[in-house]
Amino acid sequence: MDPNAMWEAHGIPAWRRLPAETRSRIVLGALIVLAILLFFVDHSLGYAVLLGAVVIELRKLPLWPQRTAAFAVIVVFLAILAAVSSTPWSLVFFLAAAFGAAAVPPKYRGWALPLGAIVAAVMYPFYYAHLFTLPVFGAFPDVPTGVYMLVFIMMAVGLNIVVGYAGLLDLGYVAFYATGAYTCAWFASAQFAGQKCPTPGVSVANCSVSTVPKHSFDFGAVGVLPGTGGYHVSVWLLLLLGGIITAFFGIVIGLPTLRLRGDYLAIVTLGFGEILPQVARNGDNFFGTGFNLTNGPNGITPLDSPGFGHHLSNLTGGFLPANYLQCCSAKVMGHAVTSTDVFFWTAIVLLLVTVFCSYRLQFSRLGRAWIAIREDETAAAAMGVPLMRTKTWAYASGAFFGGVAGAFYASFKSSTFPGDFFFNISVFILCMVILGGMGNIWGVIVGAGFLSYLNVFGLGTTGQWINTHIHFGGWHPSIDAQLYQSLVYGVIIVTVMLFRPEGLIPSRRRAAEWHEGVHDEPLYDHEVAQIAGEGV
Amino acid sequence: VAADATVSSPLSRLRAPSFTTALGLLFVAFIGVWLVINLIKTPADFFEVTAIGITNGCVYALVALGYTLVYGILELINFAHGDVFMLGGMFTITYSTNFFGLHHGQGAVIVPIVIATLLLTMATCGAINATIEFFAYRPLRSAPRLAPLITAIGVSFIIENVALAVWGPEYVIAPDVLPRSDVFHIGSFDYQWNKLIAVIITVPVLLGLVYLIQNTRQGKAMRATAQDKDASAMMGINVNRTISFTFLIAGALAGAAGIIYSLYFTSVKFDQGFQLGLIAFTAAVLGGIGNLPGAVLGAVLIGLLQGWNEGLNWHSPGSDWTESIVFAILILILVFRPAGLLGEQTPEGG
Repeated sequence: MDPNAMWEAHGIPAWRRLPAETRSRIVLGALIVLAILLFFVDHSLGYAVLLGAVVIELRKLPLWPQRTAAFAVIVVFLAILAAVSSTPWSLVFFLAAAFGAAAVPPKYRGWALPLGAIVAAVMYPFYYAHLFTLPVFGAFPDVPTGVYMLVFIMMAVGLNIVVGYAGLLDLGYVAFYATGAYTCAWFASAQFAGQKCPTPGVSVANCSVSTVPKHSFDFGAVGVLPGTGGYHVSVWLLLLLGGIITAFFGIVIGLPTLRLRGDYLAIVTLGFGEILPQVARNGDNFFGTGFNLTNGPNGITPLDSPGFGHHLSNLTGGFLPANYLQCCSAKVMGHAVTSTDVFFWTAIVLLLVTVFCSYRLQFSRLGRAWIAIREDETAAAAMGVPLMRTKTWAYASGAFFGGVAGAFYASFKSSTFPGDFFFNISVFILCMVILGGMGNIWGVIVGAGFLSYLNVFGLGTTGQWINTHIHFGGWHPSIDAQLYQSLVYGVIIVTVMLFRPEGLIPSRRRAAEWHEGVHDEPLYDHEVAQIAGEGV
Repeated sequence: VAADATVSSPLSRLRAPSFTTALGLLFVAFIGVWLVINLIKTPADFFEVTAIGITNGCVYALVALGYTLVYGILELINFAHGDVFMLGGMFTITYSTNFFGLHHGQGAVIVPIVIATLLLTMATCGAINATIEFFAYRPLRSAPRLAPLITAIGVSFIIENVALAVWGPEYVIAPDVLPRSDVFHIGSFDYQWNKLIAVIITVPVLLGLVYLIQNTRQGKAMRATAQDKDASAMMGINVNRTISFTFLIAGALAGAAGIIYSLYFTSVKFDQGFQLGLIAFTAAVLGGIGNLPGAVLGAVLIGLLQGWNEGLNWHSPGSDWTESIVFAILILILVFRPAGLLGEQTPEGG
């Protein structure tokens, strides 16, 4: 149902029916009042809201010359402020860049904006320390947080293939993440070293002498200490292998389950998502056989890190690091490159590949088949779309990217724990897709970036802000915001589904599906149906 | 709700069992053999564990009925239902200790207190569930099918966090009031009152539910709405009110489950609802979702399986694997027999 109609059913006039002029005046007035009120809570927040109101108002002007001139005036004004007072210069540059991006003619936007975003992301480790602090959210995220965000964006883009394109609700995406992570862990650690004690008849746990690895296998791995034992395959191969094994796993799960109806499928995937972490948790001693697959709750650690080896490293003059963990004495533009930075850039490359594949898939024959299934399964089948095969491909491709992301993240953290794979993570990734806009890759990227930032960094700083800035008389809240992480997901999911089911940045096609609905208007909601029928 | 079971003709029942049926029967036989061996080896343990299983099953049955009622009428898997159950446990503790001053060692006065708490908790949970329906699911009646499902997950998270904010992150301890004296004992097997109490609460609630659905006007409206909403609306049934009423009943049942759980296990935690809700949902699916007797049967089976798995000594996987076993059952049932044990085959489910 259209939220508009819902308000009307409660006797509140529909927002969208007001004249555009009136609406914008109400918005402007409300924002200015809000800015004044917020100014007393936190000065910078008040300024930020005021700036937002001004920008919204200015956007109505024609691009050239009025709007450009107005934006230039704002930037110059802030630059003067920065010169004479404490306004940070980074804010001036940031606004100038944002206004510049907004002024790009539509003709070039298709490539200019993504290119600008990529450049800004790649340069991030160089300038993030000099950035201004945001009101409420505090400082910009640091580089490790950036890696985390990129990994989760990657997973959200992968899940978007399943949920957004094909319309299959997957509540156990964390199972794919876990599969990728454990694949990386098995083949890039000493997990299967098969340690034995040199003293005959003594178990490894009670061994006083250093244990001797029985198995050892090395294939292109870098930075492995001699005598470690276990399987050590190059992490680059493992990223691919993690993806392939996870995709295979997705097919194995998918084949029997994909013929089920949507909500049953959701439950089955949820079931897999619950079973897998338990297997990981109990996998250190399968039913008392002593076979240690996952090392149980202690997890597998440490893991090898990626690298290019000394040969390639020397060949490129040290540009490609031999080993990510022991890397980079280089100093670029006054910034000492750290191993986190290299992981960050690698994550960007992986994300770009994911986004490229996902983007191209969308318009491929397969992608169009997915969308057809999403919109009407019966009609798609009648048109000759093979349902099972198409859905399985959606599952496998979604799983592939989840697996790659999982493998990369395991290598970055150098560990894998069963505790990382809770149901919450599945919902968390789903929430990113829903918030951004199911089916629209740009929306998903924005939604995932924001939520993963909030998850590791933003919630803590926001909680601090609330605790320090909000008080009534003598009462101060003391909220541990990290505790209420899942509340944020819950509120976002419910709010988005009720008021903007197509997400913040929807694809036009998906929005139409949500608003036109897939059922007929129910007879029994006669009051509401009547109002909606009048046409909004 | 209570779907008329279409009786399949005797001939179709006699046809050769399919491969999956044979495999399923083999599996059941395998479990049977395992149980019999355990029974012979340690009979007292076996009965003890079975009694615990039935107590678990009662809790699951009450929660599973809520899932099945809501699914029957809206075809919605109400993920928030398990959390309403958790709220039931929390409200039980708050009402019984703060309002009625229930504490350990009070004697016979606990009976009226427990009954009053039961009624109050059921009313509260019913009201909460109906409110959730009004705000979160009703606006989505004509939305795509997955929209209310996703919303339900969000609601579940919200309830969990509200409970976290109100009752805190630790286990909330309930007064330990149920007597542990024996009802009867045979050999070395004892059956205590605190286990019987679950049955004592569950059975009247179930009978009341059956009466409500079979014999009252409102129950008839529920059954009609479950069959065909538009046709019911044409017959003058207020469909929205009927759906609200169904959520009210489901919530009340979850509240009853909550009081049993908190009195028997004497502690509740804010995040226990979701997990237990999923187990109860499995029970509903096992019995045949939408089918009321099926939900009870499935719940008792799941309760027994859990009890046996955690309590028996001879070659049982143990409590580490309970969830995996339950979810494996869920997956197998959904894949091979989506209609469940008693439910009828739906065209979409197969």
